[in-house]
Amino acid sequence: MNSFTAIVRRDLHMAFRQGFDSLMVVMFFVLAVILFPFGVGPEGNILARIAAGVIWVAALLSTMLSLERLFQTDFEDGSLELLVLSPVPLEVVVVAKVVGHWLTTGLPLIIASPLLAVFLNMHGDGYPMMLAALALGTPTLSLIGAVGAALILGARRGGVLLSLLVLPLFIPVLIFGVSAVDAALGGFSVKAQLLILGALLLAAAPLCSWAAAAALRQAVESS
Amino acid sequence: MSRNFIRQVLYPAINNLLHRYANPARFMRMSARATPWLAGITILLAGAGLYLGLFVSPADYQQSETVRIMYVHVPAAWIALSCYVGMAVGAAVGLIWKHPLAHVMTKSSAPIGAIFTFLALLTGSLWGKPMWGTYWVWDARLTSMLVLFFLYIGYMALNNAFDDPGRGTTASAVLVLVGSVNIPIIKFSVEWWNTLHQPASVIRAGGPTIDASMLWPLLLMIAAYTTYYVWVLFIRMRTDIMETRLRALRMRQVHEQAGS
Repeated sequence: MNSFTAIVRRDLHMAFRQGFDSLMVVMFFVLAVILFPFGVGPEGNILARIAAGVIWVAALLSTMLSLERLFQTDFEDGSLELLVLSPVPLEVVVVAKVVGHWLTTGLPLIIASPLLAVFLNMHGDGYPMMLAALALGTPTLSLIGAVGAALILGARRGGVLLSLLVLPLFIPVLIFGVSAVDAALGGFSVKAQLLILGALLLAAAPLCSWAAAAALRQAVESS
Repeated sequence: MSRNFIRQVLYPAINNLLHRYANPARFMRMSARATPWLAGITILLAGAGLYLGLFVSPADYQQSETVRIMYVHVPAAWIALSCYVGMAVGAAVGLIWKHPLAHVMTKSSAPIGAIFTFLALLTGSLWGKPMWGTYWVWDARLTSMLVLFFLYIGYMALNNAFDDPGRGTTASAVLVLVGSVNIPIIKFSVEWWNTLHQPASVIRAGGPTIDASMLWPLLLMIAAYTTYYVWVLFIRMRTDIMETRLRALRMRQVHEQAGS
């Protein structure tokens, strides 16, 4: 547990030192959403109808943008090799890195999302559900993304490749995340969607950390 | 099954099988003999299936002649799915036992599976236009098939993204295993979600629900697609093994020149 918190603290430290990096992800999130009123026109009804979907898609894209750095710097400066050699199981290291990633990108996205919901004229009933769905969904995105980030280590044009690998796997989270908010806006029960989002998170936590650890081991072995 | 049976019969059998076919030279001999047979069987099955499907079988009372698209659509979807399952098995065997031929099989399957997924989507949308009135709907089955197509593309991209081919092989094998969560979603999408795509009518509890006059050409076409898949897979695997040999020979040549 000590090493777990140590890794998380280290990643947070580094993120705060280069504070601009995680701020840029949030800026991208805000800008991507702001483009939509210009694209589809500023009519309140249309914007309110698509608000949940637009915010979720933008959150997906911004998470993906930040993923490339998840293991890349550690891989380049050799600290990844030390992490692989350390007595801590690599799966635990992956979870620690994912927690660090979520605290520096997922959490800021959730904090910024109500502002964007205001821009998109979302009805007040949707706000709590949007926050809850994002809180359940973004950790899953970070977990799935960690697998992709580990797989592309050492690849040519890793960033574009990462989007190809990770975005199709993000689709289930997107579907249930958006339908949770839409159900809340329509006054229906949201229990099913939230349960599925929670199930996705619970399934992704062991499976993705295991797959990402396997990919990291291979990356270190063959470099 | 008792533990003794597993230890004394099952494990040696698996090991024997794995080691027997891990030898590329044996595979080359075996596949060289098999390919002409596979070609012949494919042509016969496809000929019979197409004749029965296009000329003998009746037009559907609701779908009229467009029902015949089924004879090329369902087998393509079948290959698209089973090819991915085969790749997942190959990737697991390759990662666990470092079986060289399993990796070759996984790598050679990917383009075939991608093409058949594309064909399943294409023939489905050509059928959808007269029947559903649209080329595309965001139905669960269609969406999950589209995801399968992107998984194939992502696999091929990741396989080719590294300067060291060994790293590409293992990394993409992990990706295949991760993506295999999509397979049960595709299979059961028509039962879990109540959407446009019709539920399964051939492989289902309680027997097939389609008439024998349509079932036979369909089964023949599925068999033809399967032998075609194995045929093309063998050709691709042989090419891949030969390419590896060529590369090794060329490397040796370069080393000898540098040494002398």
